[in-house]
Amino acid sequence: MMTARDNLLYFLYLHRTGLTVLALSVLLLVWPLLESNPYNLGLSNLIAIYAIVVLGLNLFIGYAGQISLGHAAFFAIGAYGSAIGTTTLGGPAWPVMIVVALAVSLVALALGLPALKLSGHYLAMATLGFNIVVYSILVQWDKVTGGPSGFSGIPYLSIGSVVFDNEIAFHYLVWTVAMIALLLCLNLVRSGVGRGLAALAEDETAAAALGVDTRRAKVKVFILSAVLASVAGSLFAHCYAFVSPDSFNIFVSVDFVIMVVVGGMGSIWGTLFGTALITLLPEWIEALESYKDIIHGLILVLILLFLPQGLVTGIVDAVRTRIALSRHHA
Amino acid sequence: MSGFQDLLQFVFAGVTSGAIYALIALGFCVVHNTIGIVNFAQVDFVSLGGMFLFTGLYWSGLPMALALPGAVAGVTLVGIVVERLGVRPSRSQNHLVLIFLTIGISIILRGIMKLVWGKNRMAVPPLAGEEPLRIAGAAILPQAVAILIITAIAIGLLVIFFRGTRLGLCMRAVASNQTAASVVGIPVGRVKAASFALAGGLGGLAGVLVTPITTLSYDVGVMLGLKGFAAAILGGFGSFPGAVLGGVMLGLLESLSAGYWSSAYKDVAAFVVLLLVLFVRPKGLLGK
Repeated sequence: MMTARDNLLYFLYLHRTGLTVLALSVLLLVWPLLESNPYNLGLSNLIAIYAIVVLGLNLFIGYAGQISLGHAAFFAIGAYGSAIGTTTLGGPAWPVMIVVALAVSLVALALGLPALKLSGHYLAMATLGFNIVVYSILVQWDKVTGGPSGFSGIPYLSIGSVVFDNEIAFHYLVWTVAMIALLLCLNLVRSGVGRGLAALAEDETAAAALGVDTRRAKVKVFILSAVLASVAGSLFAHCYAFVSPDSFNIFVSVDFVIMVVVGGMGSIWGTLFGTALITLLPEWIEALESYKDIIHGLILVLILLFLPQGLVTGIVDAVRTRIALSRHHA
Repeated sequence: MSGFQDLLQFVFAGVTSGAIYALIALGFCVVHNTIGIVNFAQVDFVSLGGMFLFTGLYWSGLPMALALPGAVAGVTLVGIVVERLGVRPSRSQNHLVLIFLTIGISIILRGIMKLVWGKNRMAVPPLAGEEPLRIAGAAILPQAVAILIITAIAIGLLVIFFRGTRLGLCMRAVASNQTAASVVGIPVGRVKAASFALAGGLGGLAGVLVTPITTLSYDVGVMLGLKGFAAAILGGFGSFPGAVLGGVMLGLLESLSAGYWSSAYKDVAAFVVLLLVLFVRPKGLLGK
């Protein structure tokens, strides 16, 4: 016999993902009313843009168990593609964004088909090499990219008469896209494709034996993550109206990986947390400017040593174990 | 004739930087063979070598003959500390976790170097004079000659180490089968620490040799180190002859494309060729 309280708890448990998404959406909807400081809004917008990249990257690292140290390159192609497409070539912003994303999916396919035959360390090198190549081109091909001093004058996005030209408008734009990416990932990991990927991360041979087309699954998720990075890059370019190569070097790729690891490899919700933490960290420890790198590295090392499944998953697991143990003793 | 002289000049330059890449690549391979991971802290061993040499020469006033081996020994020690405090405590067997761990350690090492030596670029004097030698019409710096000779000696010593000494044979045993090695009584933990020490020594040696040419800063090792990684991958990750071959090929590729095409795009050329080689031979040139 279930009491009303049990019923409510069961309902909450059953719909926990949907309800969390709903709560987060409501919070995001009213956030600009609570937080009016444009600087802080700018930070939360940056979190949304990075989260779009890191969600895709986490599917690739956490679910497919592969290493990419080159996702800043796809982010770069998205950003510079939109910048050049709308400014130099004078194209309309939204279609350019889609064309660039399609182009990135082709690049990812061309890179992924041969590269994903490679295992572990070779793949790390291939993606790292790709990032170095893209970065060098951004710096050196200054006639097109503006070189080291960057590319400015990128137009703002607009829908009809609504122009996204201030932090509050950006907020709704970037977080809408981030929430769509989040929903996409949440649904994907529970689909057959997602379960196949999880099996792949655990043991590639076993997954193949169970009928998962491992190569195709890896290429697909690589392309998906590249397209998400490209869209995030386009948004980045249109929001800041300026891009420079420094936002896309290999250290940015490493930061994306750190965000995945801190949030937990294979944890979609953890991704949001990891992205927010690593984006905000430099703001909080600004007073300790000279220790910034050391603290950054220490956080990564300590998490990997003691909670290798990431902060969110690690803490949730620890609490669950505690509860189970206390029940056992009671 | 001047066409030939140019070529000779580019080949000299390529082999010199190739020797440096080879030393770094060997460091990557040593750790990979015993632990099975990419040790990204290797890139900072290179910077540290230069930093220790600078400190030995200018802060302690040591002569070059003492400061150079001192710097290499210092980085060897750092290698052991990194293994002891950073890698060994990890309870995870997951390679992804261990590789990201070395990235974290690398960030910490760079942070410490920035703190101790600052962000400014520094100059380290070369081993020999600065007057270029002329060989068949091509100019070659005495430092480049020193790099080639010392690298050749180091590789020779490595060969003797791996074939003739107890520790070297233990390392090869662990590389070929860790379980079997521990069954016959080889202290696997100590061998892993030794492999980090050796990687530190090789990285540090590359650092003390190359910084007189490049100028020294806390992040000088990043690009050099990643090229060393690329060289190791090109030759076949884990293969020692492959690391040397990969290093020299990458160095030549870079200097020839800088000479005959564009110096701005030499990195692009080097890495594009690397990607193409990997796509044709996914295990590198000499990989198994």
